[in-house]
Order: sequence, then C-alpha cells, then structure tokens
Amino acid sequence: MYDISTLFAQLLNGLSYASTLFLVASGLALIFGVSKIVNFAHGSFYMLGAYVALTITSAMPSTSWGFWGGVLLSALIVGLIGCLIEMTVLRRIYSAPEVFQILVTFGLVLVFQNLIYEFWGPDEVLAPRVPGLKGAASIFGERIPQYSLALIFVGPIFLGLLWWLTHRTRWGRLIRAATQDREMVASLGVNQKTLFTVVFFLGTFLAGLAGALQIPKESANLQMDINIVVEAFVIVVIGGMGSILGAFLAAVLVGVINAFGVLFFPQAVSVLIFIVMVLVLIFRPNGLMGGRIIPQRPGDLSIDQPFRLPSKRMKLATLIVIAVLMLLPMVASSYLEVVMSEVFILAIFAGSLHFLLSVGGIVSFGHAAYFGLGSYAAALVATRLGLPMGVGILAAILSGAAGGLLFGWFCTRLKGVYLAMLTLAFAQILFTLSIQMVSFTGGDNGIVGLSRPAWLNSHTGYYYLSLLAVTVSTWLMRRALYSPFGFAFRAGRDSAPRSAAIGMNVARIQWAAFIVSGAFAGLAGALMAYHRGSVFPNDFGVSTTVDALVMVLVGGVQSISGPLIGAFAYHIVAVELIRNLADYWRLILGLFIIAFVLGMPQGIVGAFMHRFGKGEK
Amino acid sequence: MSTLAVNSISKSFFAVKAVQDVSFTVGPGEIVALIGPNGAGKSTCFNMLNGQLRADSGSVVFDGYDITREKPNQIWRRGVGRTFQIAQTFGSMTVRENVQMVLHSVHDRLSGLWTPLVRSYRAEADALLGAVGMQDQAERACCFLAYGDVKRLELAMALANRPKLLLMDEPTAGMAPKERNSLMRLTASLVRERGLSVLFTEHSVDVVFEHADVVVVMSRGKLIAKGKPLEIRDNPLVQEVYLGTGAFLESSEIAQ
Ligand SMILES: Nc1ncnc2c1ncn2[C@@H]1O[C@H](COP(=O)(O)OP(=O)(O)O)[C@@H](O)[C@H]1O
Ligand SMILES: [Mg+2]
Repeated sequence: MYDISTLFAQLLNGLSYASTLFLVASGLALIFGVSKIVNFAHGSFYMLGAYVALTITSAMPSTSWGFWGGVLLSALIVGLIGCLIEMTVLRRIYSAPEVFQILVTFGLVLVFQNLIYEFWGPDEVLAPRVPGLKGAASIFGERIPQYSLALIFVGPIFLGLLWWLTHRTRWGRLIRAATQDREMVASLGVNQKTLFTVVFFLGTFLAGLAGALQIPKESANLQMDINIVVEAFVIVVIGGMGSILGAFLAAVLVGVINAFGVLFFPQAVSVLIFIVMVLVLIFRPNGLMGGRIIPQRPGDLSIDQPFRLPSKRMKLATLIVIAVLMLLPMVASSYLEVVMSEVFILAIFAGSLHFLLSVGGIVSFGHAAYFGLGSYAAALVATRLGLPMGVGILAAILSGAAGGLLFGWFCTRLKGVYLAMLTLAFAQILFTLSIQMVSFTGGDNGIVGLSRPAWLNSHTGYYYLSLLAVTVSTWLMRRALYSPFGFAFRAGRDSAPRSAAIGMNVARIQWAAFIVSGAFAGLAGALMAYHRGSVFPNDFGVSTTVDALVMVLVGGVQSISGPLIGAFAYHIVAVELIRNLADYWRLILGLFIIAFVLGMPQGIVGAFMHRFGKGEK
Repeated sequence: MSTLAVNSISKSFFAVKAVQDVSFTVGPGEIVALIGPNGAGKSTCFNMLNGQLRADSGSVVFDGYDITREKPNQIWRRGVGRTFQIAQTFGSMTVRENVQMVLHSVHDRLSGLWTPLVRSYRAEADALLGAVGMQDQAERACCFLAYGDVKRLELAMALANRPKLLLMDEPTAGMAPKERNSLMRLTASLVRERGLSVLFTEHSVDVVFEHADVVVVMSRGKLIAKGKPLEIRDNPLVQEVYLGTGAFLESSEIAQ
C-alpha cells in the first residue's frame, strides 16, 4: 500500500491536472452553451496553444515575465485563429444536424494535425523549465515541482474570472442568457453573430492557454488533440452541458480519479473515467449541474423524403451492377480486386451505421466499437483457439450484436449529444483496453497471423466472398428498413410523442436497432480482419468511426444507397490520396470533409436525385 | 355509466398547485370542452388523463377501469386516442404510411422484419384517410402537407385504434378561422357518426359553443363551473374569472 504522503502528493498532482482540464472543458462548455455546436476541434486549439507557446516562449527573454507573457500571447493568437475559423466555417453550420457539426469540426482536426506537423515536425518537444519555478517543493517528504503547485491555483482563479465575467459584465450576462435561450438574445437586439464570435474567441483562448501552460510539464506531441478533447467532452458531459461550475467540479473529479487511478489501476485509468461518466449519466442524465437540454430538430439541412420501395427499373439496374461486379475480376488487376474487396467490406460497415443514423436518427459516434469487437473476436478465435474462419465470422457477428445489446441499453436512455458522447465513450473504453490488455489483445501491435482457408487465399476468392457478403447484408438491411420494425425505428426519430401515443416503446425499438447494427458492423470487422490478416487497436479508434460517418455523408445521409456509393467514392479517393500525397492526405481529407458538408450536405445520391429525380420540390 | 370519470385529481409541481381537486365526467357520445385562462391547469389535467403525468391524488376511471397509474401506451390500448397541440405525425413517411404505422401498432405487428410495411393494412388505411378527406394525398410525403392537412392526418391516426374517447389538446391552435371551422365540423361529424366521446381544450369560443355538449371551466387549478354552454355563458363567476371584461369573445391568448 502507499503511505499517506504519496497519496497526498498524488492528490496535488491530480488537482494540478484538473486545472488544465478545467480550462479546456470550460471553453468547450461555453461554446456549446451558447452556439450549441459540438466542437470536436477543441483539442486542436489546445494542441496549437502548446506548439505556438513553444515557439514564442523560446523567443522571449527567459525570465518569469517572458514565460508568462509568452503564454498569454500564445493563447491570444490561438483565440484569434479560433475567431477566424468561426467566421469562415462554423458560422455556416450552427443550425445543421449534430452529425454534420461533428464531421466539420473533425475535418478541422485533420487540417490542424497536418499543418502543425508541417510547421513543427513529428517529434515530441519539451519546453525548458519555467524561470522562477524551477525547483521542487517538499511536502511531507515528497518532492513536487513548484510549477505543478502553481498550476493548482490556475483553475480556481479562472473559475472566479469566468464567474465574474458571466455575472458582472454585460457581455457575460448575454452569454448566460444565450445559454438558456438563444431566441431571447435575438430579441434583446444584440448582434447574435458578434456574440457567437466573441464566445468562440473566449473558448479557444482558454483551450490555447491550457495547451500553453502544459508545455513545461508534458512534451507537445501530435496525439494531444484527440486525447484532451475526449477527456474534455467527458468532463462537460459529467458536469452538465454548458455549465461552467459543473465543468469545474467534473474536472476536479476526473483529475483526482486520474491521479489515484494511476496508483491503483494503472491498466485501466481511462476506463475508470468513462465508468464514472456512465454512472453519472445513468443517475443524472443531464450531468451534475446541467439543466434541461432542448434537443435539436433532426436535419435542418434537408427535408427527409420517405423511403420508397425500389421500382422495377431500380431492381434491374441493381442486378446489372451485381453482374458487372461479378465479371470484374476477369479484367481487373489484383490491386483493383483488393481495393474493391475493401470497398465492399466498408460498405457493410457504413450500412450498419446508416441504419442507426439515417433511419433512426441516432448519432453513433463510437460505431467503431462494433467493428473492433468483430475484428478482435475473429482474430482471437482464429489465433488463440485455432478455429476455422467460419467460426471466427460467426463469433464476430455475435460479439458485435452483444456490443449493441450492452451499449444500446445505456445509450437508448439518452438523447442527442449525450447519446453521441456515450457511444464515443464506449468505443474509447474498448480502444484503451485493446492497447492496455497486452497479453490478451497484443497491445499496440495488435494480433497478426490470421489465415484464410486455401480456397479464399487468392485476391479473387476474397473479392467474391466480400461481394457476396455485401450483397446479402445490404439486402437484409433493406428488408429491415422497409419492414414495420424499420418504420417504427424511423417513427421514433420523427416524433417521439406520437410514437408513445400509439403504444410504441421507442427505447426498446432503438435498443433492438443497436443490436442489429452491431451485428453487421461486427461482420464487417471480421471480414476486414481476415482481409488484412491482422487487427489493430485503431479498429476501435475515432478515425474508424469517422471513416464510416464520412462514407454515409458522402453517399447521402438520407438516401438508401448512400453507404454503397459513399464507401466506393470515399475509399477510392482515400486510397489514392494516401498513396500519392502521403504528407498531405489529412489536410486534403479534412478540407474535403468540410467542403462536402458545406457544399453538398445531401450527398452524392441526394444531389443526383435533386437534379434528375422526380421527388417533390 | 360514464366513459370517463375524473375523481378529484390533484397535481403540484413543487409549490405550484397546477390542478386541485378537479372532478368531472364525460358520458358516452358526449363532447366536453375544458376551458380556462392560460395556466389554468388544462394541459396538466390532460396529461394526467393520458398517463403522461401521474396524479398526486384522486383517480381516473375509464370505461370501468382505474387507469390512474397506467402508462400512455397501456391507456392507448384501452381505447383513448389523442391529438397534440402541435400536430405530431411522422414527417419522413407518406401520408398512408403514417396511418399504416398506427395500424401495425394496433395489430401488434411492429416487430415484423420481413414484409414491407407498405404492403399491409393498405385498404384499412385508405378507408381512414377517406373518412378525413385525405385519400387523394395518400402518396404524398407528410412533410410537404399544408398544416390543416397535417391536422386531418393526425385525426385519422388518432381514430385508427377505434378509440372510445378522444382527447384533443387545443385542436385548432395555430389555424386560420376558416380552416379551423372545417376541421372542427369534420371532427364533430366523425365523432357523432362513431359514437365517440371527446374531451378537448380550446381557446376559440366559437368552437366551444358550436360543438360542445358540456363545458368545464378551470381557473388557477380549480374547477369553477360546469354545465351546458348557455349556462356557462351566463354564469357570472365564469365571466368574472375567465373573461375579466365580461365579454365572452375571441380570446387572443397565446397558446402555451
Ligand atoms: N412540468 C411543469 N413543471 C412546473 N410547473 C408546471 C409544469 N407544467 C405546468 N406547470 C405549471 O402549472 C400551471 C398549469 O399549467 P398548464 O396545465 O400548462 O395550464 P394550461 O394548459 O391551462 O394553460 C402553470 O402555472 C404552469 O406554470
Ligand atoms: Mg395548455
């Protein structure tokens, strides 16, 4: 066991980290509170703050004033960049559905990652120690860096400043009013645009400040953005969306849990935090201090047309496409066969997400969870148990479904952003577990050495298997979509009160949809595992989820063939990008996502139908 | 026996006594209007009748069954239909599919995974749409309908489980006077034809006098009068509390 002095030192470390967390989370909470935007790029401003501060503080005289002045200046620069982005990009998506906001801000994440990589390079950089606070204080015999102790005070100081700002100044009162009721501010005659820009400045300033303050403690690296934003989201969710005081309490809670978690459960620290979040959400669905959230209407950007059964011509066209795809291996190179197999597998995955997102309006922002469960189940069955591929695939489908059963039970109790964050949390738990449980999952190296039966070993063989799988899966998911169950699922999205008033149990139907969707995502995971012969933690990663989201988006959220077209278009483009522009693919992909959401939110199929279709105006 | 018997129900939200000790009955085939100024507790009453809120005390008896503690979907299955102040339909379905959804729920067929929804209960759905004059628009997407038509569709959906009692919260809110009258005439004729009982809340006095058999008046959570429309019109207490000026005319209250 640890003695009391170690525990106390660890408590202080936790509080010090809590300050950083609070700065980031309060910025996120402010922005969410006023503009209702889910800013996934918030961590990027934190990362930017760290890198800018590295450059600036090294250019400043190495005195106390030089350091602190440099930190402030860096935060200001980050805030100004935030302003610029708000005015050029985010302003256009305030009334868009959440999933579009998440995607656009994720596009920004990619852009920032790439630009920071360009300017500062791939290496981790640590700042020199802070002038005036170079030493360590001795507390109960434990040595704690003075700088960490100083940071402890930053959190409460900014809590006080923000309280003063929001309660004692005109702009602050407006911010609070807007958090409670956006329309009210418009009626006060305030320029809403300016208010949103100011708030975004403030929020990104706080994130930049947190990043800048972190550099003497932790080296700046290119993974800090996702790590911190996920933590900040957890804090904002625990504290209650949009509540500053809630964010502070939650930051302290998470900081302290983190610190003690490192001592007692070093393997499972991040899991611990997510478990706390899940518990809070079950007992206080709006967070510790959160008021009631008014859910957003689904889909302001496009009016949703009914799903129509395919016409004779559509059926014929489908058969022709399948026939062409069956003949393709006769003329195609084996490289094209490989790429097309991936397209088919990804189309199954995107289709499973489409079912939740487009039919039922559920933003499954951790959809990679089911994909990864499938791929790891297949890999474990194959390598640990040595069972054949068929068993592996069956296990994958069952694992995906079981994931849907477990996570769906929690998620269907929540709505909107909370639901999206909870799905993300589950995926992150699995992601972390897959890295940390090295003996079981192989850690970062994943599991390699899945082998396929001889008759599937050729690229052509696997091409046909994938084609068969995507055809059957798509057909089954279509049946489900047109069935009474699919309609009931859609009904819950269209009008929850009417659904309840006609005797439906909306949560139960959504839960079932999670299971169905999880099963298909699991199948896709297994097919991908056997395709690559290996599985990696990234199967659970945010980028895997985003890939699927982008595919659905590119195809068209509200079109039935969206996932198929989207998987094709996106994967071909992504593969070519990575091949030819390795250094810039994130930048280009990010800009592509942003441009796509802003320019063609109805997707390829939607745009085509709009142009040539016979739908009502 | 009355179709619905409300026996001294009460409901408070913390310090606010939204409904206090309210009793009334709705007889078979009777059309009852529940009126009162904004904040009188009408909607709260309504929500207790259809199971969205649970009464603090008192009981609600429908068709001989005590439904005080039942959930909205159980009460619906017993035969209580409802329409909402802001019409609630399924925007991304066609008009017919909206009704087919309800019919699938009526026949307990919502968990079906195979036969497409559009193939089942088509004729039944069309009959209901015919009754509200919407058969011509059966194939249209619900989100493109005019608001009056959405209200008609909602009525068809509420009638789909052959309810014995229809609850309508401000059925004509947000409608132009002409549309309002045609909708209420349609409702009244359907209701009389099927022998339904109706309880509705309403702001428009025209509607109340033209269609209600009985009027129940609430103010500040309490029931202050009930009787035939003409008695209510002449009741001094009602005039004082509800009308202020004494003129029983169009109220321009903004519906909550
Ligand atoms: N969920 C609630 N929480 C707190 N107070 C409520 C709630 N619903 C209604 N009230 C209050 O109860 C009273 C009656 O409201 P309501 O039934 O909506 O009146 P009406 O429909 O007659 O306009 C009002 O004072 C209202 O503010
Ligand atoms: Mg009301």
